[in-house]
Amino acid sequence: MTVNVTDFTLTEIARAARSVLGRPVTVTSATDIARDLNVDSLALMNIVMELEDAFDVSIPLDRLAPVQTAGDLAALITELRERA
Amino acid sequence: MGLLDRHRGYRDAYDAIRASGADPFNVRFDEMLSPTEGRMGARRVIILGANNYLGLTFDPACVEDSVKAVRAWGTGTTGSRIANGSLDAHLKMEQALARFFGRRHAMLFTTGYQANLGVLSALVGRGDHLILDADSHASIYDGARLGHAEVIRFRHNDPDDLYKRLRRLEGVPGERLIVVEGIYSMLGDTAPLKEIAAVKRELGAHLLVDEAHSMGVLGDRGRGLAELVGVEADVDFIVGTMSKSLGAIGGFCVSDAEDFDLLRVVSRPYMFTASLPPGVVASTLTALGRIEQDAALRAKLAANAMRLYDGLNAMGFETGPQPTPIVAVAMADPASALAMWNGLLEAGVYLNLALPPATPDSRPLLRSSVSAVHTPEQIDAVLFAFAAVGGALGLVRTPQRVSA
Ligand SMILES: Cc1ncc(COP(=O)(O)O)c(C=O)c1O
Repeated sequence: MTVNVTDFTLTEIARAARSVLGRPVTVTSATDIARDLNVDSLALMNIVMELEDAFDVSIPLDRLAPVQTAGDLAALITELRERA
Repeated sequence: MGLLDRHRGYRDAYDAIRASGADPFNVRFDEMLSPTEGRMGARRVIILGANNYLGLTFDPACVEDSVKAVRAWGTGTTGSRIANGSLDAHLKMEQALARFFGRRHAMLFTTGYQANLGVLSALVGRGDHLILDADSHASIYDGARLGHAEVIRFRHNDPDDLYKRLRRLEGVPGERLIVVEGIYSMLGDTAPLKEIAAVKRELGAHLLVDEAHSMGVLGDRGRGLAELVGVEADVDFIVGTMSKSLGAIGGFCVSDAEDFDLLRVVSRPYMFTASLPPGVVASTLTALGRIEQDAALRAKLAANAMRLYDGLNAMGFETGPQPTPIVAVAMADPASALAMWNGLLEAGVYLNLALPPATPDSRPLLRSSVSAVHTPEQIDAVLFAFAAVGGALGLVRTPQRVSA
């Protein structure tokens, strides 16, 4: 169950990253967002904006500081959705 | 490992720029000849890369009052107002700003950057929500980081997106503070403030407008975008700066909020830094008087802005969406932006090179800001240089022959 939710979230993260970066990307839960995807802070904020709309959830920027991998981001989204 | 190794990526990018023979981030003026002209070595350059909207940096009355204040009060305050006391001029400037904006309260900060830090970090706290336009100035983002509110961005200048994001917060406890700018500093576009104010009224939030680039520029009385579009009553806080149309340095916030004065004892960027020196407060007080009395300055500024904006568009350059005193030209890639910037400087025109990620849309920009005291001849000289350099680089088709 959790695995499926995470897989789905990762797929959405990949989709949002592709849309913001305008290039193909592969995302697993171990993908390091800054290093592997070469995403700067602005691009990350824009990816998060897409994800807010995809999941209809608010993802406050101040929650992003500890997020390093796509798995971290997926876990944060799951937590925020459960809170909502 | 050196502590600065983490920034190596910037070193490589910066070195690549310098290898092209230009250093846009280390420009040196050897003399200021006027608000609109400087000297670099042997070359006189038209200054189109300041924020000197009204050209008041050399205004004789502003200079004279500043000199008098330095003689009478000394060069600096050497401390913060909370610890070391205020000068008469600080209080006079606060009264003048409150009166100018028609508000009950005003508070000075040492820079506009610090005003955003000091106001945003103190107005909202843990459990509150700060809703920022995505293209907000760095000082707004940094103010958000200094405080403890949850920070949400909405798509730039998109009231529907703001609405959607506020709706998403419905039922969640905490205050909401929306933050937008009068004129955005990179592309020169204004906020759709009427529509944003309507969203604020419908969904219930507080509204702060940073009028850094619009004070003295927009509105019949020069009060900024909120005055221009008639929504001052919906704006709860205005933040501004004395570093642009007022021609010196300093920041402020004005408001009718009850207990506004509490900010003085809770806002750390107000409390823990030295206050503005007397010479600065004196010149800005006089400059504020000029804004109030001299509406012709704003008319000249608007005419100059239009002349540059129309001229660049006619040549086929891609500018921002609106003619304001900030006129930005979008360039295809960093290499052509750098070549254009360098060519313009050699042709005697200084403006700003802005590279991503400091720009919207990840495109490099050549950013100009027009002054009321640019002469039409200077604007035409700038247009001629754009045509010549852009033509030589093959960026625009131009019928003009390049000649000295
Ligand atoms: C929108 C905005 N707010 C605040 C500031 C900061 O102003 P200051 O230069 O007075 O620190 C600037 C200018 O840099 C700005 O563009």
